[in-house]
Amino acid sequence: MLTISVEGLSVGRGRTIAAGPLDFRSSAGEALVVTGPNGAGKSTLLRTLAGLLPPVAGEVVIEGALAADGEAARTLAEISHYVGHRNAMKPGVTVGRNLDFWRASLSLAGGGLSNRDALDALGLPDLTGLPFGYLSAGQQRRASLARLLVAPRDVWILDEPTAALDADAQVRFGEVMGRHLSAGGIVLAATHQPLGLDEAKRLDLAAGAAGTRRTAGAGPTIDERELAEAEGWI
Amino acid sequence: MKALGALYLRDLRLAVSGGGGAMTGVIFFLAVVATVPFGIGPDLNLLSRIGPAILWIGALLSALLTLDRLFQADRDDGTLDLLVMGRTPMALVVAVKCAALWTAGGLPLVLAAPFLGLFLALEPTAIAASALTLLVGTPAITFIGAVGAAVAVALPRGGLLVSVLVLPLAIPVLIFGVSATYGAVNDPEPFMPPFLILSALTLFFGTLGPVAAGAALKASAD
Repeated sequence: MLTISVEGLSVGRGRTIAAGPLDFRSSAGEALVVTGPNGAGKSTLLRTLAGLLPPVAGEVVIEGALAADGEAARTLAEISHYVGHRNAMKPGVTVGRNLDFWRASLSLAGGGLSNRDALDALGLPDLTGLPFGYLSAGQQRRASLARLLVAPRDVWILDEPTAALDADAQVRFGEVMGRHLSAGGIVLAATHQPLGLDEAKRLDLAAGAAGTRRTAGAGPTIDERELAEAEGWI
Repeated sequence: MKALGALYLRDLRLAVSGGGGAMTGVIFFLAVVATVPFGIGPDLNLLSRIGPAILWIGALLSALLTLDRLFQADRDDGTLDLLVMGRTPMALVVAVKCAALWTAGGLPLVLAAPFLGLFLALEPTAIAASALTLLVGTPAITFIGAVGAAVAVALPRGGLLVSVLVLPLAIPVLIFGVSATYGAVNDPEPFMPPFLILSALTLFFGTLGPVAAGAALKASAD
């Protein structure tokens, strides 16, 4: 069974810790929702899990997952989709061509939905012939999320996936995530809005927020007020 | 392989379509070469003597025009994150993107060179030699440019930095490209040694460039 174990994970930029140390475990069919105020390190955590940032400390261990070559997957990036704040779609290219590109680039095996079915699952009409740049912000977000369905992967790493979505679209996407979990997938999502995942585990990064930053191997935390006072003496 | 093929075709389409700007290089090349005779005057001997150098300088500057955008759009829209995450090594991704850029921007320069050689009163031998050396040498400029573009991708105004980084490395390509062309036209000067060095430079940068650019892109992924 697919399992992701995070042990003593501290994330940040360089040696500056944004969040951590964190310990959690997600198994097939489970969702983990990461919450916390702006600057708490939610995006940094997800980018680290996706392999876009190196961890400051700790490790991410995955078990029971196969990569494209049939060997055991060593990194989460090999078996996961990452949806960041940006849509990763070319504005001058049609929605269909954009999705075709991601199907060819990201598919680990067959079994993905057709472009039309993927868009329909997210409540969009058949917009495959329209340039991506012509769509509204909410439509663009949904068309971008359709790549999760055209190129199936076990783990979805989602950073504010419902940003720009209306209430109906949020419900639709909640159903899509529910089906992914029912099929044995894992969802790791950061959000400020409810995602409709009632059974999801919660990871609140609030404790590490509010301007608090540490340096790896350093002593106690210094908050921004103390820093400003210290700078006043210099 | 399917992923690399899809990337090549997508980048080629983007470069050729309106927003890609690949034709900007050809138009700039035309402008440079067409204005030189007006500046130099009606001395056909002088024009034909410096013609190969003008073609090469025009091609080099034209290639620089499109280089700074090689990875910028992918970074801006989030595509670069997914390419870095992907199972395809970044060096291969960069090599394919360079191949697409060269096909859309470099190859038209090579094809335009014989026609523009007529503007400069070049002999048929000089025209053929210029086209051949450009065919072999312009990929090197693209690969060198990829490193500069990758280093500058995270910077708000990286275009100038790309030119500053790329020009010193591209000068040897220019020198041996022009030397080989002159070698084909002027009897005592040899053609093969500078041409082989030019080929070696392209192979060297074609191997090293994508690896270095891939490493720079991975480092800029945060």
